[in-house]
Amino acid sequence: MRNTISLRIADFLKSYPPFHLLEQEELKSIAEEITVQYNYKGEHLFKQEDPCKPYFYLIQQGAVEIYQNENGKEITLDQCDEGDLFGLRPLFAGKHYSISAKTLEESIFYLIPIQAFKPITVNNPKVSEYLLSSLASNTHTPYYTESPSRGNLDLTSDIHELQTVHYNKKLISCSKDTTIKDLAGLMNLHSVGSVVILEDGKPTGIVTDKDIRVKVASGNWDIQMPVKEIMNSPVICYPASLTASQAHLAMMKHRISHICITEDGTPNSNALGIVAEHDLIVSQGNNPYFLMKALLRAKKTKDLKKIRRNITALLEQYIKSNIPMTHISRVMFELNDATIKKCIALSIKKMNTPPPCKFAWMSLGSQGRKEQLLLTDQDNAIVFEDQDEASYPDIHTYFMELAKNVNKRLLKIGFDYCPADMMAGNPKWCLSLSQWKEQFSDWVKSPIDDHILLCQVFFDYDISYGELNLVNALADHIFKVTSDLPIFKANLARSALLNPSPMGFFRQFLLETNGEYKDFFDLKKRALIPITDAARVLILEHQVKNINNTFERYEKLAELEPQNRELYLSASYATKVLLKFRTRQGLMHGDSGRFIDLKSLSKEEKVKLKRCFNTIGDLQDLIKLRYKLVNLI
Amino acid sequence: MKWFTKKSTDDAPGFWKAYLETFREPLPEFAHQTTYVAFDTETTGFDFNQDRILALGAVKILDNQIRLDDTLEIYTTQDHFNPDTVPIHGILHNPRHQTISELEMLKQFLDYIGNAPLIAHHANFDIGMINQALKRHGLPPLKNKVVDTMKFYRRGLITSNLVDKQRSYSLDEVAEKLNVPLKDRHTAAGDAFITALIFMKLWRRWEKKKSLKTKTLIRVQ
Repeated sequence: MRNTISLRIADFLKSYPPFHLLEQEELKSIAEEITVQYNYKGEHLFKQEDPCKPYFYLIQQGAVEIYQNENGKEITLDQCDEGDLFGLRPLFAGKHYSISAKTLEESIFYLIPIQAFKPITVNNPKVSEYLLSSLASNTHTPYYTESPSRGNLDLTSDIHELQTVHYNKKLISCSKDTTIKDLAGLMNLHSVGSVVILEDGKPTGIVTDKDIRVKVASGNWDIQMPVKEIMNSPVICYPASLTASQAHLAMMKHRISHICITEDGTPNSNALGIVAEHDLIVSQGNNPYFLMKALLRAKKTKDLKKIRRNITALLEQYIKSNIPMTHISRVMFELNDATIKKCIALSIKKMNTPPPCKFAWMSLGSQGRKEQLLLTDQDNAIVFEDQDEASYPDIHTYFMELAKNVNKRLLKIGFDYCPADMMAGNPKWCLSLSQWKEQFSDWVKSPIDDHILLCQVFFDYDISYGELNLVNALADHIFKVTSDLPIFKANLARSALLNPSPMGFFRQFLLETNGEYKDFFDLKKRALIPITDAARVLILEHQVKNINNTFERYEKLAELEPQNRELYLSASYATKVLLKFRTRQGLMHGDSGRFIDLKSLSKEEKVKLKRCFNTIGDLQDLIKLRYKLVNLI
Repeated sequence: MKWFTKKSTDDAPGFWKAYLETFREPLPEFAHQTTYVAFDTETTGFDFNQDRILALGAVKILDNQIRLDDTLEIYTTQDHFNPDTVPIHGILHNPRHQTISELEMLKQFLDYIGNAPLIAHHANFDIGMINQALKRHGLPPLKNKVVDTMKFYRRGLITSNLVDKQRSYSLDEVAEKLNVPLKDRHTAAGDAFITALIFMKLWRRWEKKKSLKTKTLIRVQ
């Protein structure tokens, strides 16, 4: 019991290949030599042509992108995550890396020294075999990934066509004498659309859900009959080298929805897996319809994370092709919403019991306003039905546990925790309806700055899951208590003007003067927050519910106040421009896009930004005048 | 036992002098060139005067790396024993680990840390326990700079009425918020390792540039 930490690390190693092949003693001695390394998102571990390090990498937590430079273009070869090995070249006497590795998120690595590991590969051919094949898959993957490229990957070209298909290796199969009923049971159990009938490992037939529909449900065949009566034979087979476009063509040609992958591509060799039309289309990735389908089918947080990368790629494509912001934000909202819903559903499943009463999950902040494009912080809350005093503690505990689980899942997908802890997992943000009402009444009555900030968050909410009535009851309450209090509105208005104007006296940009982002322009604080806050204050005057999106709020305002129509329309336009700006910056730097390096902007972009700022100034003047804030400040 | 006390007083100045000697060397200028030591103690209780250190674990951090071939894990021989805390750390009075005397623990610990800045969660407690042990052997308190990961974490939170600046955050809580895998809680070595990961994560969240000065990082809390 001398080295507790390395014992634990040995435990971790044991569950990942090739370490599962090693003896406990071997694992222990390797674990004692390991170095643990932490890297922030976007850091290079090594670059192509760098001299090899004396160790290779195992990912304990996080994700890494392996890429290669070819003619000045970055080509993604692989994305590794937990339990994957990379940087194996030095094990095989390489002197320089032939690839580059960069973290996609913050990561923890176990660095395994070659010196300690080499003797094991010599004595254990299975281990070295595994490592050689990993090395190969790191370097020669014959497809280009369509995932978040931070560079100049050309997203419009049809690279996808050349990818080899990803086939499902978990083949669901049965024998030809199985009854149709049992086969349908198998399909339900594994939620698959097809079952392959195997004889000595070779595919002799296939039954798809279409066959069940056409042949069995129609009453032509009895469910007690063996499947050989209804199976399709021969099975259309291809080798694993099948490309996506080839698979598409084959399916069209044979009018089938499933292709079996076999060792030599004929029905006379062992079946390896199956390609379904559905999977093929989803792998095309950048199509919102199929991303949505994939989200709905996801079974694990890990699946959601992978889909997330495709969503980012879609966003990038949209921004590049200059698609209208209104459309982009709607599509992104739907995809984010589906992601959140899925997380909640997965977490509920994980709890031992179903929710003890009705509840609603509210998304606040940018997702509530349907403006969350990039992955930003999560802001959310839970409201549940009123309870009698006796059962309250248990129910509160249940929802707290659920909320923490959901918060954690969202974090794993890439939604960072809210730094102000405005999350359902905070006991203050997980309350029953009447407690929420009470809390609001308190906030409104003592409108110190903090309380105003909290109220603001709640004017921008969206229900993500659960009972709409609860959320509506809460919203009605908020409108009721605020409408009777003009002083509250004046305070809200005042806080909307708190954030400093984006322009200095000489019409120059105001840059941050200290901290990590010194000399950067804070787009969120100086432009997006003021324009969002202004919209919220102005729309509150008209008691308009259910429009939470900033540019839609301005459009509505233009309709409600014809005398200010022009200003509101330009505000709506400015919001879209600013959002697009932020998204583009975020995609470029792989972050939230909040801080802008002005040097990277063209003259034209700067002029455009300044025009938006003028609109913000005009809006702030309007608010000052309307709420007579001149003497208040 | 007279001879033992005599021996230790003869001995003490030697390792203490060597420890002091390490402070002649200034800390490296940049934060990523500096070696830090994250450590944790398991004790018989929370009373500085009554309670004793049962186990001590420490790991070194240099340039975002922790080397597992250079860690410290010590179990001490006990005279004082508080049965109340056994359920927490699971260290029994007659442990199966090889144990050493308190003085030997201090010797090994001082030799391990040298002038490295110390990292601990609720550092006042762990530093206090070590200082009490030093005092029992007639030695002055530790001279190292200290970073408390609890304060470091709290400093990073945004001011709002929901974040109570005075509130204390447990190691579990901080680890969970920063997505640090929680294994080996309540073993000194395991907690030291978790504290080290927390420190690295907080550091890089707060400042990503390599030009960060050691002085600045130590002052951050």
